Formats: sequence, structure tokens, C-alpha cells
Amino acid sequence: MKILTGNDLKTGAVVWWDGQGWSIHVEDAVDVGDAAEAILAREDAACRVNGGYAIDAEPEAGGGVRPAHIKDRVRAYGPTVRPDLTLKPADPNAGNWVI
Amino acid sequence: MYRYDQYDHAMVQARVEEFRDQTRRRLEGKLTDDQFKPLRLKNGLYLQLHAYMLRVAIPYGTLNSVQMRKLAHIARKYDRGYGHITTRQNIQYNWIKLEEAPDLLAELAEVEMHGIQTSGESIRNVSADQYAGAAADEIIDPRPWAEMIRQMTTFMPEFSYLPRKFKIAVIASEADRAALRWHDFAVRIVKNEAGEIGFETYAGGGMGRTPFIAFKIRDFLPTSQILSYMQAVLRVWNRNARRDNIHKQRMKILVHELGEEEFRRQVEEEFEHFLTLGEDFPQAEYDRIAAYFAPPPFETGLAEEIDRSDPAFAAWVDQQVVAHKAPGYAIANISLKPIGQIPGDISAEQMDLVADLAERYSFDELRATHAQNLVLPHVRKQDLYAVWTALHEAGLGEANLDLVTDIIACPGLDYCSLANARSIPLAQKLSERFADPARQQDLGELKIKISGCINACGHHHAGNIGILGVDRKGAESYQLLLGGSGDEDTSQAKIAGPGFDEAGIIDAIERAVEQYRSIRTPGERFIDTYRRVGMDGFKEAIYG
Repeated sequence: MKILTGNDLKTGAVVWWDGQGWSIHVEDAVDVGDAAEAILAREDAACRVNGGYAIDAEPEAGGGVRPAHIKDRVRAYGPTVRPDLTLKPADPNAGNWVI
Repeated sequence: MYRYDQYDHAMVQARVEEFRDQTRRRLEGKLTDDQFKPLRLKNGLYLQLHAYMLRVAIPYGTLNSVQMRKLAHIARKYDRGYGHITTRQNIQYNWIKLEEAPDLLAELAEVEMHGIQTSGESIRNVSADQYAGAAADEIIDPRPWAEMIRQMTTFMPEFSYLPRKFKIAVIASEADRAALRWHDFAVRIVKNEAGEIGFETYAGGGMGRTPFIAFKIRDFLPTSQILSYMQAVLRVWNRNARRDNIHKQRMKILVHELGEEEFRRQVEEEFEHFLTLGEDFPQAEYDRIAAYFAPPPFETGLAEEIDRSDPAFAAWVDQQVVAHKAPGYAIANISLKPIGQIPGDISAEQMDLVADLAERYSFDELRATHAQNLVLPHVRKQDLYAVWTALHEAGLGEANLDLVTDIIACPGLDYCSLANARSIPLAQKLSERFADPARQQDLGELKIKISGCINACGHHHAGNIGILGVDRKGAESYQLLLGGSGDEDTSQAKIAGPGFDEAGIIDAIERAVEQYRSIRTPGERFIDTYRRVGMDGFKEAIYG
């Protein structure tokens, strides 16, 4: 699947295209098929997201989405060396998902 | 230390307001990302993996307690409670919001700080010996010259559209604590046979994907001619640089392609021209700047003895405390490498504590080092125990300066958008693997440096043991290098052989270290043994 990501213009937070807008949770990312270019052009013009781009990802059992490249998994999770600053600070195994 | 005059204040405040307007226009959609990016980079604001990152300049690594407290305040108010000391003696914050960045810069300006020259194709923050003004082995305090170079390069038109970034270092001792020859341009302050102070100058160094060690371009340059000389160097580079290829734009590439002799010839030719313009500093200007760096009012008649009855304190003194030029005083190094922690990270609370210690015990001075540690430069020996006690209670009492756990590591793939692999987890695992203090002492000086990509922010080329993280078909892989040094015996590390995964590189380093232990001769450091036996003396132990 193809999903879209970027950084929120105001805050810099990592965001994922959920079909309606931008979510900070990668699980909300939707397959955009071949519409990536059109969505990114529209969103770039709307000045909500910085440096948006399309990436390959795989759907996970249970409804998750796993970006293909480790860099985007680190972006989705947060710094592996500071789990307290990630979106899932209480999940001790969340970091394993990155590797 | 240097204090802003009315012009400095006006320039920095004007820059803040200019950036506030640029940010407003970006947020309103009046500037595109492509238009805004070079503007924010000129103020040290990057976009990294998780957020905007702000790099704040600490000129030649010197700051005072008011500035450190402001950095702590910024960590709390605008970031997530911590900062990261970089390998150019700066500090960076990882979680900045664009909409708050102008207010942050305004707060920095209140304490004479900014993010200018910490990014982009500029002359970057000038680095210097972290012991400047305190070191027993220095000829003079190099910081007045570092400050003069900073002032003359900050907004000079010819230097504002450089082919690429340009890094400068200044030292004034035989010992090199600033990785001098890994800089584009560097000066070592020397004294000639007539007793005159001058500069031994180096050019063409740099790390990155194409590492070169700077060559000595001049044995002795009169200090009064430094502006003309630097202009000549930069003019030759500016004129001839490969602006068509980003990987060949650094001055080191030009020096390599022209050759040392031709580069020197062109610089000398330009130098003759610049001398005729009469633009060099008058002595009065040096005297004005140097007055800011006058030695603090050291007390006399102080005791030299240190009560070593507490063994943990004694171990810290042996490792972290360095000779000072003033009797009764010492230089105290603060390790930002607690075992298993993130190299260079410091919490807001620790910043406040260090600021308090500087104010109370070190004439209000602090230094940041390129090895990602801090220094209290002027501590009475009789105050060392109080300093250590406070540091120890705050988790800053590690005694590992220049030992195997004093690891330099770039932010790597945990934070950096350029990185290919994570650096920090390796540093943490190595730190834990070699945590035993007795083992560290037995191994002696051993500098491990880790970069998460070929840009080499973790100085892996200069590591006795270097690690370079690479992307191997989407997975992290690590190359092992041996034999580098950023000290006065500068050398470039060489790749040992095939790379490793994360677990493999830790074990490989342990095998290399144990090989050193088994073949070293008395008094040999790791780097000495490597130079004696070469890579062949380690390869079989590493790869079997």
C-alpha cells in the first residue's frame, strides 16, 4: 500500500494522511493508491504540512500500518532511545516494532 | 567573556524580528517551503524526523550561568525538558514548534545568544580549546582571536553565499583539544624565535563523505594580518569551488584537486592583494576584544592539596580534573556520558545545577566541548569536593573523560533526517559493556566515535575506534574503523573490513579491545598499539 506522511507545518509533528486530514497516528494512515501526487499538491497549497511524501507500507494484522523503511517507522514511533517521549510510552514492546 | 555591544544587540534583535516576519508569512502560506527553508536554516532551525530542531550557537564553547539558565528555561518551555551538546560545542533542541520559534529566538537574544551560523552554507560557529584561558599549556587565551574571527565572518557579504559550510578552529597549545586539523581552516597560536605571537595556519581539512586532514599552509602568520589572510583563503575557495556538485563543494576538495602547493600559491597571491587594502584590525581593536577575556581575579595563596579520602571523589579527580595555569585552581570536566545514557544529553534540571556551580565555583564560566561534555574552567582545588558532590547527586559525576565510555555519538536515526542508522543505542550498549571502572582504567585512553551516516557528525573518521552506520537494503548496518585521532597526532581511521549488525558491532569492538589488551606494550594507548601493528594486527581478532 501507498501512504502519505509529512510534518505538521506549525508544530513539526509527524503526520499521516487518514483520508480526510492528517493524523499523528500511523495506524490511521490509508492507502492512497495512485492519488498521492494530487493529494500532496492540494495539501502543500493548503500549507498544513511540510515536505509531504508517499511511502510504501504494509497493513498489519489488527488494523495497523507498518512503513516499509526503518526511517519512517522511527518517525511513526518516536526516538527509540526515549520511549517516554513516544506516542506509546507505556508499551514496553513498542520499540521492537521499529526494528 | 565577550559581551554584546549596542551593534551586536541591534543586529541580533533585528534578525529575530526579520525571522518573526518570515515565519508569519510561511504560516500564512505566502512563502513556500522551498522559499522558507534557507531562511530558517540561517537561524539554525532544521526540520528533523520528529519535529523542528533548533541549534543554538555557543561561540568557542564559552557561556555563563545566565545563558545556561536560559537554555534550561528554553528546554522546559519550548522543548521537552532537555538539550543535546553537539560536536561543534553548540546545543540543540529536538522538539521545537515553528510557531514558537521566533519567541524562542527573542528569549535567546536577551542573553546574547542565537542560532546564526549553526546551519547552511555559512562560516559555522568558531570552535576553540575548551580549556582556553585556563590551560596550563597555552601560550595565550585563544578566545579573543576566535571572537575576532567570529565578528569578522558573521555578516561579511563575501562570506554569506559560500559554496558550502566552512568550519574554523582556534587553539593556543601543543595539545590539540579542538580537532584542529579536521577543520576547513584552523589556526594554532604560536610564538616564533623572536618571541612574537603569530598563527600557524592549516587549511583543507574536514570529515564527511570525503575526509581529509588539513595541511599546514603557513608556519607563521603575524596576528595583525589574519583578516587579510582569511579573506585570501576564502576568496580562492569561493572563486574555484565546484558549485556544480554538492559533494565536491567543500574547500577540502578544492585543496585536494589543486594540490597543496598550488592552493598555497593562490592564497599567497590573494593575500598580497588584501594586504594592500589596509583592512586588517588595528591593535586597539584586538586590545578591546581581549579585555573581555581578561583572566578572572584568581586568589593567591590557595592550598594545592586535595583531600582524597573519599575514593569515589579521588577517582573523579584523577580522571576529570586537569591542571590549571593559576596556582590553587583546577579545570573540572563534567561528563555528559553517564553509563548507559545518551551522549551529550543534559536535562533542564542538570543545566540549572551546572549554572549554579559555575556561578558559585568557576567565576561564572562554563564550556561546552566538541566531545559533548562540559567544563568548569576555574575551580579552586579546595572546592572540588563540593563540586563533585553536587555533580554526583545530579547524575553528572561519571569519571570517564577520554576513556572507552566517553563516546561521541551523533543523534543518528533516532532524530536526524539524514541518518541511515541509529548511533545512540550503540553508544549506550558499548557504555554498558565497558561500564566496569577498573576495566576502563585498565584500557586507558580509548576514544570511540559513532556516526549514523556518512556526514560524520559523530567524528567516526577521528575515532581510535570509529563506527559508521549505513543503510544496507533497508536495514541498519555498521562499519568498523580503527586508527583515527582528532588530537595533535591527527590521523584518519581506516575501515577494518565487512560491516556488522547492531549486536555484531558491539562484539567486534570488544574483540578489538581485547586484542589491544593482549598485544600492547607497557604504556601504550590503543592508538599507539594500532599504529605499531596496523590493521593486520587486529583483523584476525575481529573477523576470526
